[in-house]
Amino acid sequence: MMLAYAENGRPLPLVAPISQPFFDAAREQKLLLQKCPRDGFFFYPRSHCPHCLKTDWSWQPARASGKVYSFTIERMGQDPSQRARIPFVIAVVDLDEGVRIIGNIVDCAHEDVRVSMAVNVCFEIIDNMPLTCFRSVSAT
Amino acid sequence: MGKKTAAIVGFSEWKPQKKWPTSMFSLEAMAQLAAETLADAKFEKHEIDGIVIGGVPESPVFAPSAVAEYLNLQTSFNEIVDLGGASPAGMIWRAAAAIEVGVCESVLVLCPGVPSPSYRDAKSKLLPTMIYMGGDAWGSPQSQWEIPVGLVAAVPSYAMAAQRYRAIYGYDEEILAKISVQHRDNAQANPNAIFYGKPITVDDVMISRYVADPIKLLEIVMPCDGGGAMLITSAERATRTPHRPTFVSGYGEFMTHKSITNMPDFLHSPLAAASERAFRMAGMRREEIDLACLYDSFTITVLLAIEGAGFCKPGQGQAFVREHDLRYHGDWPLNTHGGQLSFGQPRLAGGLSHFIEATRQIQGRADARQIAHCDRAFCSGSGGMLSEQIAVILEGA
Repeated sequence: MMLAYAENGRPLPLVAPISQPFFDAAREQKLLLQKCPRDGFFFYPRSHCPHCLKTDWSWQPARASGKVYSFTIERMGQDPSQRARIPFVIAVVDLDEGVRIIGNIVDCAHEDVRVSMAVNVCFEIIDNMPLTCFRSVSAT
Repeated sequence: MGKKTAAIVGFSEWKPQKKWPTSMFSLEAMAQLAAETLADAKFEKHEIDGIVIGGVPESPVFAPSAVAEYLNLQTSFNEIVDLGGASPAGMIWRAAAAIEVGVCESVLVLCPGVPSPSYRDAKSKLLPTMIYMGGDAWGSPQSQWEIPVGLVAAVPSYAMAAQRYRAIYGYDEEILAKISVQHRDNAQANPNAIFYGKPITVDDVMISRYVADPIKLLEIVMPCDGGGAMLITSAERATRTPHRPTFVSGYGEFMTHKSITNMPDFLHSPLAAASERAFRMAGMRREEIDLACLYDSFTITVLLAIEGAGFCKPGQGQAFVREHDLRYHGDWPLNTHGGQLSFGQPRLAGGLSHFIEATRQIQGRADARQIAHCDRAFCSGSGGMLSEQIAVILEGA
C-alpha cells in the first residue's frame, strides 16, 4: 500500500489497523490516546506499550490541550505535494497527558507562534481524512 | 592512550562536483575507489579480507556479496551499514572492531557518491522514499502523522531543534553565521572544495533567505556528487605502509529515535553518550584533541555537536564559537577541509570526508591547510534527525 493524495495534492494519512480508532475519533474532532495501566499515555498508536511492551492498554479520551515544544515555518517545500501551501507552520506539542505529537498550527499569524504557547488540538478534514492541527488557546 | 590495534593507512577522495559529468554504476565507482585506495596505501588486492559498504543500487539485497564478486575478493568480514549520514562513521568503527576481534585484517570502506544509471528507472519511486526518509511505507508512523502535515526531509526537523535552542538558550544568528563563514574560509585552502574561490561573509549568510526558520540557505550543506574510500588494517600491517598509521583509538555510537518528534530532548543529542564512550575508550581528555571534524549538515548540527561531544557545556556552544577561531590556522581548528557546508556533501561520501580530512591532517598530507601539530582528531557522524550519532577518535602512531 502506498500514500494516497487528496484532491488538492496533499498526502493523506496511510492508516494502519492499530491506529484506526485514533482516526475515527479524530474525524469527530476528538483526540484518543492509548493508555497503559502501568506507564500511562503514549503516542503514536502501537501494538505494545513502548515502556513495558505489554498489550493491556486501552483507548482513552485526551484533553487535547498542550504547549508548543518547538516549531518551524517550512518555506522550501521539499515535498512537491506540500509546495502549494508554503509557508506553513509545523509544530511538535507536548500534551497535558505527557506525550508529544506533531501537526500544523492554524489560525495564528506565523510571527506570533512561540515555544511554550498554549494550544488545543483540532483536526483538519481533507477528503474525509483527519490531519492533526493546533490552535492557539489565546486566539480561541 | 587508546587502542592501537586498527589503523587507517590510505584513502581516496574524489573532488566533489555539482553534477558528475557521466553516470557510473556504483560497482564501477567502488572498483575505482578501491584501486586508488590500495595504491595510496601500497597494498595488494589479495590482502583485503573485509568490505563495508552503505548500499549497492544495482543489488539492493545481497549487496556485500555483489561487491566482493565484482572486485573478486575473498572476504571474511562483510557489512552493510544503514545509519544515514552517520554510515561512514559507523563503517569505520565496525571495520576497526572487526580487526580488533580478529575476524579479518584489512578492510575497505567504500562510499561512492556518483549518479548511478540504475537509479534512473527507479527515480520517480526513489525520490519520495528519499525525502520521506523511508517512512512512506504502510504501517510506518511517519506515513500517518508526519508526512501528511509536511514534516519531510531534514531541514524542518533541524530547524525545530534550532528553534528550541533559541527558546531555551537564546540564539545569535551572527554566531551561527560565523560557523558557515569559517567553514567557507577553510575551503579557500582546499582546491578540491566545491566552494573553493568563493568566500562568504557573515552578512551574506544573514541576508540569505530562511528555508525553515531559523535555518537560512547558507547554513545548509551543499549536496553534490563525488566519492571516497578508506583502508583500515591491523597495527602489524600498518607499520609497512608509506603513511603515518592513523589508529582508530576510541569510538562510541548511540541512537534514541528515528523521527525528531520522538527525540527525548532536542537539545541533548545522543552524541553525548557516544562521545563519553569514545573518550573513555581512547583514554583521552577533550583538551588533548588537536582537530575536530564534526558532521555538519547545518550550522545547528555543529553547535549541538560541540556541546554534545563535551567541548563545552550544554547551552554554551555559542559562547564557545564566539571565543574560538575555527579555521585551520585558528586556535580550535574545525572541519579544515571546509566541511560539508563548503567542501560539499557528495552523498554518502560527505560523512566520510570528515574522517579523510582528519587522517590527512594526522598524516601530514593537508598541504596549505596543514595544521601545525596534529596527533589526535575527534570525528563525529550524524544520521537521520539527530538520531544516529557516532564519535570516533583517531590518533597518529
